[in-house]
Amino acid sequence: MMKCKQATQMLSEKLDRPLSAKEKINLAMHTAICGPCRQFGKQMEMIRGLSKSYSKAKESDDK
Amino acid sequence: MTNANVSVEIDSSAAVNIFQDTVFIEDLRTQMLKFARLQVRDNQIAEDAVQEAMISAYQNIDRFARQAAFKTWVFSILKNKIIDLLRKEKRHTAASQLEDGPNLNGDALIEHLFEENGHWQKDERPKKWDQPEHGVENTHFWRIFDACLDALPAKYGRLFMMREFLEMDTPEICHNEEVTVSSLNVTLYRARLRLRECLEDHWFQKETS
Ligand SMILES: [Zn+2]
Repeated sequence: MMKCKQATQMLSEKLDRPLSAKEKINLAMHTAICGPCRQFGKQMEMIRGLSKSYSKAKESDDK
Repeated sequence: MTNANVSVEIDSSAAVNIFQDTVFIEDLRTQMLKFARLQVRDNQIAEDAVQEAMISAYQNIDRFARQAAFKTWVFSILKNKIIDLLRKEKRHTAASQLEDGPNLNGDALIEHLFEENGHWQKDERPKKWDQPEHGVENTHFWRIFDACLDALPAKYGRLFMMREFLEMDTPEICHNEEVTVSSLNVTLYRARLRLRECLEDHWFQKETS
């Protein structure tokens, strides 16, 4: 069974590479029962979104 | 001959005016330098990249009319210059390898966050973050975001920015930085872990408390 430590790494790597079918299943099983890792996954996506806004804001913050 | 000159002047006059707006240009230069420094952690390369980007923008100025578009365009030139310079230099300053930072990083941070059995430490379990929409317009939030990026160990910051800001793909980063795919993925994981921790400590938790 996947632990939070591995799950969080998968949730990050998901942003960098396609996970294998096995990884996907293990991760889904973990997040199904683990609220903190679900939040962590959302926060990873938020950090990606924020980074995008950040570099965009830098490019055109004079509107 | 005069006719040609006149028409060029008319077409690009608005754009040339941008360069005469010293406040705007100074401001832009500062932002570009900040961006480049965070990216390369080397003042000389950063300044070279900014200068080359500025010159290139000036030389091709006739393509631009509006300031907003101008800025986006200059930054895309800057991004390419940085990538070029990094490629050319193939340089790994000692600093760019460091995992040290002002805070817990790497294994120490992982040990701090997780119990030995691999589960979250009770106090460290991620809690829901408030919608960032609220923060996106908020200069205070971006100042914290900035500070959190600055506080990343050089190696983390560099690879994180290549991925998230320059949107370079994995083979390109690995080739350029001479790192393996798995080491890149681990470093990005650690960078995000660190950044998440910093944002939570300085923004998201403070806001709700
Ligand atoms: Zn978990």
